[in-house]
Amino acid sequence: MKNILKSTLAILGVLVTFSSCNNSSNSNKKSGALASNVAEKVYVAPGEHDSHYAFLSGGYSGNLTVYGLPSGRMFKEIPVFSQFPTSGYGYSEETKPMLNTSHGFVPWGDSHHPDISQTNGEIDGRFIFINENNTPRIAKIDLTTFETTEIIEVPNSAGNHSSSFVTENTEYVVAGTRFSVPIPQRDMPISEYKGNFQGALSFISVAPETGNMDIKFQVLMPGFNYDLSHPGRGKSHGWFFFTTYNTEEASTLLEVNASQNDKDFIAAINWKKIEEYVNNGGGTMMPANYAHNVYDEHTHTATSTMKKEVRVVNPSEVPGAVYFLPTPKSPHGCDVDPSGEYIVGNGKLSANLTVHSFTKMLAAIENKKFAGEAYGIPILNFEDVLAGVVEQPGLGPLHTEFDGQGNAYTTFFISSEVVKWKLGTWEVLDRKPTFYSVGHLTIPGGNSRKPQGKYMFAMNKITKDRYLPTGPEMEHSAQLYDISGDKMELLLDFPTHGEPHYAAAMRADLIKERSKKIYRLEDNKHPYAAKSDDDTKVVRKGKEVHIYMTTIRSHFSPDNIEGVKVGDKVYFHVTNLEQDFDVPHGFAVLGQNTSELLVMPGQTKSSVWIPTKVGVWPFYCTDFCSALHQEMQGYIRVSAADSSTPIKWSLGEDIE
Amino acid sequence: MKKASIIMIIGSMLLLGLFKFPLWNIMLGAPQYPEPLGMNIYVDGIKGVQEFDLQNIDGLNHYIGMKTIPKPGEMWEFSLFPKVILGMVLLGVIIGLLGYVNKVSYKFFIGWFLFMSILGVLGMYDFNNWLMDYGSNLDPHAIIKVTNPDGTPMSYKPPLFGYQKLLNFDVTSLPHIGGYLMFVGMSLTLVAFWLGRKESLKKATE
Ligand SMILES: [Cu+2]
Repeated sequence: MKNILKSTLAILGVLVTFSSCNNSSNSNKKSGALASNVAEKVYVAPGEHDSHYAFLSGGYSGNLTVYGLPSGRMFKEIPVFSQFPTSGYGYSEETKPMLNTSHGFVPWGDSHHPDISQTNGEIDGRFIFINENNTPRIAKIDLTTFETTEIIEVPNSAGNHSSSFVTENTEYVVAGTRFSVPIPQRDMPISEYKGNFQGALSFISVAPETGNMDIKFQVLMPGFNYDLSHPGRGKSHGWFFFTTYNTEEASTLLEVNASQNDKDFIAAINWKKIEEYVNNGGGTMMPANYAHNVYDEHTHTATSTMKKEVRVVNPSEVPGAVYFLPTPKSPHGCDVDPSGEYIVGNGKLSANLTVHSFTKMLAAIENKKFAGEAYGIPILNFEDVLAGVVEQPGLGPLHTEFDGQGNAYTTFFISSEVVKWKLGTWEVLDRKPTFYSVGHLTIPGGNSRKPQGKYMFAMNKITKDRYLPTGPEMEHSAQLYDISGDKMELLLDFPTHGEPHYAAAMRADLIKERSKKIYRLEDNKHPYAAKSDDDTKVVRKGKEVHIYMTTIRSHFSPDNIEGVKVGDKVYFHVTNLEQDFDVPHGFAVLGQNTSELLVMPGQTKSSVWIPTKVGVWPFYCTDFCSALHQEMQGYIRVSAADSSTPIKWSLGEDIE
Repeated sequence: MKKASIIMIIGSMLLLGLFKFPLWNIMLGAPQYPEPLGMNIYVDGIKGVQEFDLQNIDGLNHYIGMKTIPKPGEMWEFSLFPKVILGMVLLGVIIGLLGYVNKVSYKFFIGWFLFMSILGVLGMYDFNNWLMDYGSNLDPHAIIKVTNPDGTPMSYKPPLFGYQKLLNFDVTSLPHIGGYLMFVGMSLTLVAFWLGRKESLKKATE
């Protein structure tokens, strides 16, 4: 108890020091002329397009939001791990399987670190991957449709946090566990954590053409916490780096007990070596149970398959594949510079930033200079792998990004600032405050060999007075900086949705050209699609009633339906016949116990309704689709369960 | 006369472009259609500029009671016009060849040109009649009925040539590549005539 008190007091002391220092450097107040100059830099005239896309994780919203830079305007919220009544995602029959897991249907998720697919170390804008932290999963979003098309559950993982980062050619999307847990899961005393719990680092292969994900292998590491990770690139391609904390292997009061070791580790994993081992039959197939959910763009339907085994690899079985690099004080972010030479460990409780050298690491391994080992994994000497130290840049370093010009930018949570420093000389070049308590930062093209410079934005955890107040709960704030000059320049402050942990951004051109406008109706392979008014019908199968319905400006077909009974399971299969850009139709029926459907041109979506009351109930189009949108409506007659009203339907004439 | 005949052959053959490229193009832009909808008019039918343009034009026009854009089988013009064009090309080439071997005089060249011009004017007249019918022969049960200030139903006839505002649409009607090739081709036959005439005058003075 005394310990806690002491450390709390110490942190408070530091906070006071740094916040007072911050006030003096507050350059937020600009003169009018200067301010208008800044305004021009973020002004995107009406009708013009932003130059960059930014994809911000939604954190506890479970989603991914799409922004434009430099305007900071939000364009779309892409539902990923959470039900989304706006479109019916996770409510419609087609998308419910997307949220299936080994724990059953999970309606919510905590999305963290988006990363865009790469080819030859450069981001290619085909897919974006994002991890779910709570019930470990990795999702893939197709950037031609901006829809989630695949979600794979990660077994043996818990707190899927050091994820989801892709290798240079998108060979793998990597998902590391934050919590170590018993593997396989079993009933055991928590106090026996040490030496018994393990941490699974999962390498999920991505098929080059389709992007289909499959867990190739999991490395079962010692029972530390694996915080963040990044791939090697260029010369270090083939390696992956993970920060660890709680190398003390504590299971309780981690804020103190996991902060005792002077140094934790960065785990360096030679995945090429393990891949080769696995390709030669290495590792063991372990029984498992995890969901693999795939959305098919042609059937407009997701299927969920339970997978029953996963290949696990014990690192001690693959000599030379895994090493530990001592890194001070519970490092958080683990960032690799564009050349692949420098690995930055952002020791969140350290006053200094530690940078390791990949070349030195290889030399130390070559010379077999080890400081010891942990669970059979060699530990290198801190001094042997150290490239340099950025001295006293700020307090609470979390994450570093690079501009491709030899500079690095690190966020400091406690001192609430971004610090620019030089790779190689380790000198601090500039610092700018953030508002307030910044977590991640993003430079377009960040996790790649070729960052796209120009802009950097910081995503903050605390908003306070930045915007008009909205009661106790506020959206988080982000700040956009121009980094094209010697000094960073604050350009814009914009609110974000949920809690954006990290973001991926890139120049707009590649993605913009490929973005789809409609789904082709002739390619619609949905089993319940009605592709013209002639295909519409109502079919009873026992207690199930299937309504094959079409929408086109401005009517439903059919729009009068009879013969449905209380307690029937009524499926509205709604096909949007439009083939025109941005003409969705919606569907809602009075008393529906799920969400509405928002159906894109050429698409089919299904909503289930179990009527509980006799009556004539209206349904209507929820999207203001046309001048006659208010006329886009219909009636469904619900008769008593024992009635003999026959199934009938019509459009444009009375039901006979 | 050889040079003139070759130009005559080339000129009449340029009409073949009509089988590959549209004769005419009508674009319809509106606030909701920043990327305008468009129809390309070929000698054998009408096609959308973008894949679904015709479907979308029809979808919008049903509000004001316009008929759908005719399919090739629904207008006799689309089966006759290709034959006429092909016939004129053949005729032009034959005249050119005969001119080349001095079997016909240059006057045949202007003859072909005048004949083609008459057919062209007839074609335009017919096209304009169709536009008139398309734009004003409206379904009496149309959802939206717009009248002129004098109470007569408004016509949605697209312009034969140039720009016109129709309700919320900006309509532009202009020749397309096929049409331009035809005009160039026809002009070339005039050039052929002029060259042939100059040559024969020169011969006469010698
Ligand atoms: Cu509608």
